[in-house]
Amino acid sequence: MELELTDEQRLLQQTVRRFVKEQIVPLEDQLDPDADEIDPQDHNRLVAQVKVMGLYGLGIPAQYGGPAIDLVTHSLLAMETSQHRAGLYAPCYGVFGGSSLAQLYEANEDQKQRYLYPTLRGEKTAFFALTEASGGSDPARAIRTTAVRDGDDWVINGSKLFISGADRADYGLIFARTDPSQGRNGITCFIVDTDAKGFYVRRVVHTLRSAEYATELQFENLRVSHRNVLGEVNKGFAIASDRVSRARIPYAAACLGVAMKAQEMSIEYAKVRKTFGDLLATRQAIQWMIVDNEIDLRSARWLVLEAAFKAGHGQPFTTEAALAKLVATEAAGRVVDRAIQIHGGNGVTKDLPLERWYRELRIRRIGEGPSEIQRLIVARNVIGGAFH
Amino acid sequence: MPVRMNKDWIPLTPESVKRLKGQLGVYQIQDPAGQVVFIGYAGGRSLYGLRGELERELASRGPGHSFRCEVNMQYLTRWKELLMVHAADHRELPAENRKLPAPGLGRISPV
Repeated sequence: MELELTDEQRLLQQTVRRFVKEQIVPLEDQLDPDADEIDPQDHNRLVAQVKVMGLYGLGIPAQYGGPAIDLVTHSLLAMETSQHRAGLYAPCYGVFGGSSLAQLYEANEDQKQRYLYPTLRGEKTAFFALTEASGGSDPARAIRTTAVRDGDDWVINGSKLFISGADRADYGLIFARTDPSQGRNGITCFIVDTDAKGFYVRRVVHTLRSAEYATELQFENLRVSHRNVLGEVNKGFAIASDRVSRARIPYAAACLGVAMKAQEMSIEYAKVRKTFGDLLATRQAIQWMIVDNEIDLRSARWLVLEAAFKAGHGQPFTTEAALAKLVATEAAGRVVDRAIQIHGGNGVTKDLPLERWYRELRIRRIGEGPSEIQRLIVARNVIGGAFH
Repeated sequence: MPVRMNKDWIPLTPESVKRLKGQLGVYQIQDPAGQVVFIGYAGGRSLYGLRGELERELASRGPGHSFRCEVNMQYLTRWKELLMVHAADHRELPAENRKLPAPGLGRISPV
């Protein structure tokens, strides 16, 4: 693994860093501190700039029209696009484009024509619905939503919880139990249009997150055509598990971007803030917090880049991706926590972005597989499956 | 927390607004005819939070209006939820919200 960034990677990194600093951060000065969207005119103007930069659709594979960059570069850029107030859950307010759901790349051609390609063109949006009130970490056992075959259709009944974007989406992926006698091998993934009869978004679920609130869904005799089964019946969990693991890497990188910015703010503040006649930067208690931040940032960064490198080179990477997600989300939380401590009372106000990052980072230890599941994956891989 | 704000209406008067604290949250304004005409929020940039926003509402409206509010740290997501609930119940946003740039809203079907 090459430890030095290439000239191209440095250039892209600097370009995106400058874009965030000059185009995104000034807009935030006029927005509510919890805002998750910008004026549509600003959005369109910035999308045009990103397209000129050749970076629109950062998360889209090159063969589907995304920029031809590898996963290491993508992760480096994810560390840059998150370095602003809304950056964790609304990096650059979406002007770098969406990436579609990983599972849809495994759809058949008919499904790709109806769902994937329009999504990549920005004409449709989607949601992902796995978690239910009964749990999200062990969906094989927790899923109670059922789908029963009826002629050429399936009839879905049940509910989903903590689902982002379902109220605005055109369609979504819904996982339902199709064989009650099986656990993991009795779940099927369906592509469901949100205008179908029997599909309801019942409420907004308010969480620590300011951007992209979650929703609760209910399905009442929701009929879905058999041609909308994604993958094979009863094999919903087998779809795109490789792509799902891969998506954890830029997810982890975005957490680090926020933490890097918090560390930068802490160092700047320590150099100007005086207590008892001297600068914070001269206080050993503050110095050690900054050093601990540096340890967290650098160790997590290498885990993220190692995972990205292996995934991008066709090497086994599930252990590395799990470690990257686990360490980056937990380290970023610690870094922002220390940054707040260094900033004192200012750190917990909405005048600074730290309080928002503190809230939203807490969710990252749970979303996309909680820390405990990541540890389980690593344990299974390093000890061996026979002990689980 | 119920999806719909179902607190009692309070007359929009200097005395009632003065009793409010400067917290973050959401509020609704009802006109003398009993119609909800505006749903707003006191966010991170509001001076004096709910009290400041309701003082502004009081100064800009005639007599006979009333309000109800909810202290809520997640004021933006709650605000959007209240707008979507109103749209679901009445097939349109409150009259004064319709005149403003609309936030990105989805569709919900509250029970």
